[in-house]
Amino acid sequence: MELKLPIYLDNNATTPMDPRVLETMLPYFTDNFGNAASRNHPFGWAAEEAVDYAREQVANLIGADPKEIIFTSGATEADNLGIKGIFEMYASKGNHIITCTTEHKAVLDTCKHLEKLGAQVTYLEVLPDGMIDLAALENAITDKTILIAIMYGNNEIGVVQPVKEISAIARKHNVLFFTDGTQAVGKIPVDVIADGIDLMAFTAHKMYGPKGIGALYVRRKNPRVKVTAQMDGGGHERSMRSGTLNVPGIVGFGKAAEICKNEMAAESARLRILRDKLENGLLQLEESYLNGHKENRLPHTTNISFKYVEGEGLLMGFNKNIALSSGSACTSASLEPSYVLKALGLGDDLAHSSLRFGLGRFTTEEQIDYTIKAISDTVNKLREMSPLWEMFKEGIDLNSIEWAHH
Amino acid sequence: MAYSEKVIDHYSNPKNVGTLDKSKNNVGTGLVGAPECGDVMRLQIEVNEEGVISDAKFKTFGCGSAIASSSLATEWLKGKSIDEAIAIDNMDIVEELNLPPVKIHCSVLAEDAIKAAINDYRIKNGLPALEEAKH
Repeated sequence: MELKLPIYLDNNATTPMDPRVLETMLPYFTDNFGNAASRNHPFGWAAEEAVDYAREQVANLIGADPKEIIFTSGATEADNLGIKGIFEMYASKGNHIITCTTEHKAVLDTCKHLEKLGAQVTYLEVLPDGMIDLAALENAITDKTILIAIMYGNNEIGVVQPVKEISAIARKHNVLFFTDGTQAVGKIPVDVIADGIDLMAFTAHKMYGPKGIGALYVRRKNPRVKVTAQMDGGGHERSMRSGTLNVPGIVGFGKAAEICKNEMAAESARLRILRDKLENGLLQLEESYLNGHKENRLPHTTNISFKYVEGEGLLMGFNKNIALSSGSACTSASLEPSYVLKALGLGDDLAHSSLRFGLGRFTTEEQIDYTIKAISDTVNKLREMSPLWEMFKEGIDLNSIEWAHH
Repeated sequence: MAYSEKVIDHYSNPKNVGTLDKSKNNVGTGLVGAPECGDVMRLQIEVNEEGVISDAKFKTFGCGSAIASSSLATEWLKGKSIDEAIAIDNMDIVEELNLPPVKIHCSVLAEDAIKAAINDYRIKNGLPALEEAKH
């Protein structure tokens, strides 16, 4: 089969929708357009039935009860609802939240917002491989701690945190455990009971479903957890999230969850092989480094720094043909390189030189072969024109040079 | 963000990549930027007996716009006198390459590299350094 360009390797940003998901959704835009809250006619009944079924599909994927699924507009809203909702609901118990520096902005900025409202937040540093230090986590707990918010799998480096150990610590100290499961759910087995999760945010568009629909899992027993609504209105979703339900989105989310549950084992095994091939191929290049823990990782993600070349310049060599993202500053509006990579202790130079790869359901081996070659060629070409590479080759210590910071 | 065709052309076919012998008295070397900032440019000029820049080379660690800015700078430098070279303004580079506002710093860096190379040449040859070489 001829290789079709461009190749999409940015599946941690978003995934294409599975055609099976789209097919399932389509009738809910037209024939079955009803409002799931319309209890008095067949249009509403059909919508409600579809939502109930999808809620079961979504719950099944994570080992939850359907009643524990609160549909939201996406993971960002679910992060906000989970963390702000707990802060408000449990205000009489305490005001201390523990999170970590490699969380997604939807968690970090929510915590920063709560600090203005009187929350005390501990931002745990991570180890150089991106893992949480469990002893530091336990030490950070005080009698005012109400919530631990640690993500399941990281969006940039794919590191999977020891959620079972984290939840055991939380349980021991009678603290709730929230996790941002956005990158993990649908990709690796996530089971809210076995993992001891009290609240979890996740979203459809990272698992081949539509954008604009996500969920917050809220545990109903052992313990029964409640969050204060952040949106007031008709009292939908057990009064935790008002707003007319996005029926086609929910139907698509359900179908996407069902497909992930059925195909996860085979898909993750296949992607792990492709990811390892890509990673091993690129790590053949001199002075290239893997970022994050090698084993405790999502099977479809890798993040590699190519020293002495700059990330955006590197992307430019192939980004017409390969869609990827870089940890470099220049790709985004801000001028800072990836805060996640910096949290691992990487110098700005390595953080500027990194690429993030997110493989997905539709990634093929031909695409991986093409990518290894294209990136290797570009790295070699750019190093030929990099003054830093020349200095490195001459044995000059770059730290001995007095750089003019601008 | 889309790059202008001129930036893509310089990035794909950079002009004058290379190294001149920095120990020579008629070679001036400018090294500007910092790895932590994501761009480092090294620009070198070779000046002949008539005071004309007979050769110019660069190596750049940075984004496509930084590479293009330094490639363009070397093209412009060749055949110019030192005084003409001093007059190259970063906004000329911005205009020629259609750099967007977020990439203006690349042109500033190129201008700094030109001035730093000239200064190095001047100091080597017993001339006072230019004032305000840095932005």
